[in-house]
Amino acid sequence: MGNVLLDVEDLAVHFHTPEGTVYAVNGISYQVHEGEAVAVVGESGCGKSVSMMSLLGLIPIPPGEVVSGRANFVGRDLLQLSEEELEQVRGSEIGMIFQDPMTSLNPVLMLERQLTEALMKHYDMNQAQARARAIELLELVGMPDAARRLDNYPHQFSGGMRQRVMIAMMLACNPSLLIADEPTTALDVTIQAQIVELVIRMREKMGMAMIWITHDLGVVAAMADRVIVMYAGYILEEADVDDLYGDPRHPYTLALLGALPRVDQQRAGRLNSIPGAPPNLLVKPKGCPFAPRCPTAIERCWAEKPPLVPVSPTHKVACWYDARTGEPL
Amino acid sequence: MIDDANGAEPLVQVTNLKKHFPIKRGIVFQRTTGAVKAVDGISFDIRRGETLGLVGESGCGKSTAGRTLLGLYPATEGDIIIDGINVRMAAGSQQLAIRRKAQMIFQDPFASLNPRWTVNAIVGEPLRVHELLPDKKARAGRVKELLELVGLSGRYVNRFPHEFSGGQRQRIGIARALASDPLFIVCDEPISALDVSIQAQVVNLLEDLQAQFNLTYLFIAHDLSMVRHICDRVAVMYLGVMAELASRDELYENPLHPYTQALLSAVPVPDPKVARKRRRIILTGDVPSPINPPSGCRFHTRCPIAQPHCAEVVPAWREIDPGHWVACHEVEPKFVPSIAAQAIPLTGPALAQSEAGRR
Repeated sequence: MGNVLLDVEDLAVHFHTPEGTVYAVNGISYQVHEGEAVAVVGESGCGKSVSMMSLLGLIPIPPGEVVSGRANFVGRDLLQLSEEELEQVRGSEIGMIFQDPMTSLNPVLMLERQLTEALMKHYDMNQAQARARAIELLELVGMPDAARRLDNYPHQFSGGMRQRVMIAMMLACNPSLLIADEPTTALDVTIQAQIVELVIRMREKMGMAMIWITHDLGVVAAMADRVIVMYAGYILEEADVDDLYGDPRHPYTLALLGALPRVDQQRAGRLNSIPGAPPNLLVKPKGCPFAPRCPTAIERCWAEKPPLVPVSPTHKVACWYDARTGEPL
Repeated sequence: MIDDANGAEPLVQVTNLKKHFPIKRGIVFQRTTGAVKAVDGISFDIRRGETLGLVGESGCGKSTAGRTLLGLYPATEGDIIIDGINVRMAAGSQQLAIRRKAQMIFQDPFASLNPRWTVNAIVGEPLRVHELLPDKKARAGRVKELLELVGLSGRYVNRFPHEFSGGQRQRIGIARALASDPLFIVCDEPISALDVSIQAQVVNLLEDLQAQFNLTYLFIAHDLSMVRHICDRVAVMYLGVMAELASRDELYENPLHPYTQALLSAVPVPDPKVARKRRRIILTGDVPSPINPPSGCRFHTRCPIAQPHCAEVVPAWREIDPGHWVACHEVEPKFVPSIAAQAIPLTGPALAQSEAGRR
């Protein structure tokens, strides 16, 4: 594994709304190494997107507020950068792709203009050079008939093709880290398979590190090196992909995996549903955020928040309870 | 599970169902310039007490089929018989009877409940409309019962939809669908808007209710893992037509249509060891437009095993093995093993075959 590329420490992000303060991210720490693929998994409202977008200055402030934290990226703290400095980082050093590629493309500009703009600005290319490079990039991401499609508008592309365009734009500046925020959620399963395949291939080719934000534990299994499980703004478990699926330690991870039927296996009785409702983020829990829904919660879980501690060199869990022995730790 | 031998007549019989949406041009003098052939001739039965899954990618016509089945869209052609009543011919009391016996659960629990109505009004509406319980008090009592049946507190009757979470709203939608004592419920992507931990709750509830009231479901979904869990038989649609229909395990373990094989191989498996070994058949391109669907077999433009005749001749919808229906020229009964299980000859222009994940 390479050197540490991104080192986030004690990041907390709150939103001040008329209903009260939303505790979106509550002091999370993690690292991403060079060339590593990290998946951040959780349900809606768990803070997975906010924790990444706040690093790039992409959350509205106010109502948002980065309450605490450091985010060391190649010698600089991203959270201390000015808007101009962040603009340099975004796109050129950290690439991004989002769930809805339609809102990320300008609907009234032809593709050529949108793809060549960054190339001419960052790489000092002239129009013809930039166009040639744009065609190259589109061919790289598997766009058929790339030269002709440069003269099309975004609405003339399907969802899968738009996501390919976004990937081409992201690749244009050769970033060392890619942040992908649910890029395949809006796509059909056969198109999702195409895009996942493409991202894996591009990453192998360019050696980018990647943070893949998703709610889908299935997609993660095929493409991540390491997985971070989030719930209510906290990291509950963090492990190498084989450890997480083969030996899940947190009751929430166990429950999530138990709630998923498998396409490759016959039905094995009822699904294990997780009782209760998603957490209310307006209240900062005193103890473990998952305690209200946890089948094994003990008294201590309600009173004290368990820290994220290593159970092996590649596996960290935030739980008072040992899933292996059934004993409280 | 359904006993084939009991020989009971299917609850729902659909024959050559078509639903075309006209495309109109002009403002004053409108003329029809074409049609979106959303559903273009599908046939299937649903047995009493069974769950039939209807799967396919967006735009394949599965939701349109579900809505047309209930008469929410008038069908263009074909026959729909629910519990002995022909939906397209039904009028007056017969039409009312259909609407009472056949209900729907919608995908979006935020859009499908009237925000200005209380839970009492929403769940009580079928009781009022069908004059099942004309007395207001009796109706309120029944609404409470229904809420408790779907796992909500009876105290919620005077609340409005915005006071509930997505999972709770979906329960309200289910209570509303149950109010008129239906025999048949079309579940149109009932869980796709919900979080994973809530999906399992709703699926378990649907199963409990089915067992309790002997309900028959048409379960429309794109989550093929969940469909394998909940359905007895599964039908696969592509671009308005049926590709394959078989019992659950037969379809998932022995898919015959190349589209079904590609679709199943693309579903992610939440197990890294399995995921790395899985062979994925990656289809090239997107689903073509239903306005001008490809000639012959509609899948031939993306099919890895397409032959010249596939572009010319529409494949027949045939029962290749007992209970296993498929529409493909290249499938022969029993002799050809599953294409996914053997090495595919890498020929044909529309082919991009790849191993799954990192090798």
